[in-house]
Amino acid sequence: MAAKLRSFLTILGIIIGIASVIVVMAIGGSAQKLILNQVSGVGSNLVGVLPGASDEKGPPASAMGIIVTTLKFTDLKALTEKRNVPNLVDIVAYVTGSATVKSKNGSYQTSYQGVTASLLNVEDIKLKSGRFFIKEEDTNMARVAVLGSNRAKDLFPNEDPVGKTINLKDLSFTIIGVLSERGSVGFSNTDDMIYVPLFSGQKLLLGIDYVNFMRIKIDFKDNIDRAVIDVKKTLREKHRIKNDASDDFSVRSSAQAIETLTTVTNVLKYFLVAVAAISLVVGGVGIMNIMLISVHQRVREVGLRKAVGAKNGHIISQFLIESVFVTVIGGIFGIIFGTLVAFLVAVIIKNLGYDWEFIITLSAIVLATSVSVFIGLVFGIYPAIKASRISPMEALRYE
Amino acid sequence: MPNQLIQVQNLCKTYFSEGVETRALCGATFEIEKGEFISIMGPSGSGKSTLMQILGFLDRPTEGKYFFEGSDTFSFDDDALAKVRNKKIGFVFQSFNLLSRTSVFENVELPLLYDEKIGKNNKKKVMDALISVGMEHRANYFSNQLSGGEKQRVAIARALVNDPEIIFADEPTGNLDSKSGLQVMKILQKLNDSGRTVILVTHETYTAEHAKRIIYVKDGSIVADDPVRRRRIADSESELLK
Repeated sequence: MAAKLRSFLTILGIIIGIASVIVVMAIGGSAQKLILNQVSGVGSNLVGVLPGASDEKGPPASAMGIIVTTLKFTDLKALTEKRNVPNLVDIVAYVTGSATVKSKNGSYQTSYQGVTASLLNVEDIKLKSGRFFIKEEDTNMARVAVLGSNRAKDLFPNEDPVGKTINLKDLSFTIIGVLSERGSVGFSNTDDMIYVPLFSGQKLLLGIDYVNFMRIKIDFKDNIDRAVIDVKKTLREKHRIKNDASDDFSVRSSAQAIETLTTVTNVLKYFLVAVAAISLVVGGVGIMNIMLISVHQRVREVGLRKAVGAKNGHIISQFLIESVFVTVIGGIFGIIFGTLVAFLVAVIIKNLGYDWEFIITLSAIVLATSVSVFIGLVFGIYPAIKASRISPMEALRYE
Repeated sequence: MPNQLIQVQNLCKTYFSEGVETRALCGATFEIEKGEFISIMGPSGSGKSTLMQILGFLDRPTEGKYFFEGSDTFSFDDDALAKVRNKKIGFVFQSFNLLSRTSVFENVELPLLYDEKIGKNNKKKVMDALISVGMEHRANYFSNQLSGGEKQRVAIARALVNDPEIIFADEPTGNLDSKSGLQVMKILQKLNDSGRTVILVTHETYTAEHAKRIIYVKDGSIVADDPVRRRRIADSESELLK
């Protein structure tokens, strides 16, 4: 009975270790999926243009809060020309700012964006009520605004905001539409945003003549690489950049962003798995301990086996099979236990309102199983070799 | 000498333990032919067990020569010794050494599992061995369900299963009552009658006299090597009375 309890406690080390690897892999995988879903929610056939140079892997300077003014509205015009970027479907330019917005119901600190009229088409956003502004309103610097769904609820809790006015930086804007709910997508939350025409934003609110960002919709996913090249070529010509000088802008496809994010989140995930794996080493030491005890208790058995013809290799494999058996049993229970925990976590997070998927990948199970086999081999080999050195003469001893 | 099985010359064994040198055996020289029934006899600590361990390839001599079936065993490595133990030698121990919580059948099968050739006839070999010791009806019992005499008969079956040249029996009746002991000696004599070499290690004259020849060991040396004049035959009831 004591021996059974001891074996169980030893296996418990492996169970906990494998379970934590499974839990970390599952939660890591789900978190990764959540992040990637948000990015790809913007659309996977989009290309972003940012001001300022960047190397391919790192973020551009403008993303770090440094103001770069190299991207202008005239660049948008150039890119729109069919002969420059034939795969372009539509393009939208953004300027971003934050200010206090007031309605008769109160005032809020909010972000706003000045965008061209093509926003809905490029980002695939739907209207809940009213309309979006048109090109003419943009060029005329019309004082009209479209609200994200949350912002509409905040400013006008119990009424239709369309036709009402708000104050942005002490300028009154007429609300002409409300966007339907979209949820958090990428790094900006459409639902909390206030949209005004690009020029109204540039000239009336911010007093600048450059744009912060442009987003291009490409006709087909497969044409993205070609389009990126076209965009770069057009902008280099437009900015008169000489052959060997580097770009003063950066072009990113969302596919590229997903790739980068995947790499980053993978690194994080495997780092956490490695931390969890430390507990497996502790479990492995326990296995080694129990196997050494087992070898000690079975000296006579090993002696007998050698007396009837077992070679050292036979004894080594016998004990290795036993230790691997123990760790694999522990691994199986660890996988079951870890899956249950990950499932529970998924249920809880889902109830908190996140779009969380419960993910147990085959690779996690394969990894956990092979790690438990590996632990059995690594921590079983020393006791096994020790057993193989037992002399066959031990069989002749008697108590 | 076509019948010669074992030839030892000047065999010595010295144990070193924490700097202390202990001479367990020295100068053993004799020959054993196929089909002999030999008792190695002596008081405890005389070196008879050491001699058996060397003859049974459980241990190596520190000096001297050991020829087995004509070949010098000095050059045999661990695996070669394991192979000889597996193919040529069967051991019967005083304390039986059966694996507990394991069936009689599996206990007897054990040496076959360490044979390089995967035998198709394992089942038949095991059953034949069990039949020869009269234990076939217990094949599916666990070894810990048997009596002492039954255990020793199973152990003999295990020693026989690989059809060895020699059976080594180390005090095989030491843990048995006289009736079971007699039964074991009867089986050993029967095996010898059918042509197998048997080497018995014992400290009892009575048990030793079931052999045809007795080698006496004392203080690490062979002091006598004589044929048995009045051999005991383990089949009469009268023997029980003695």
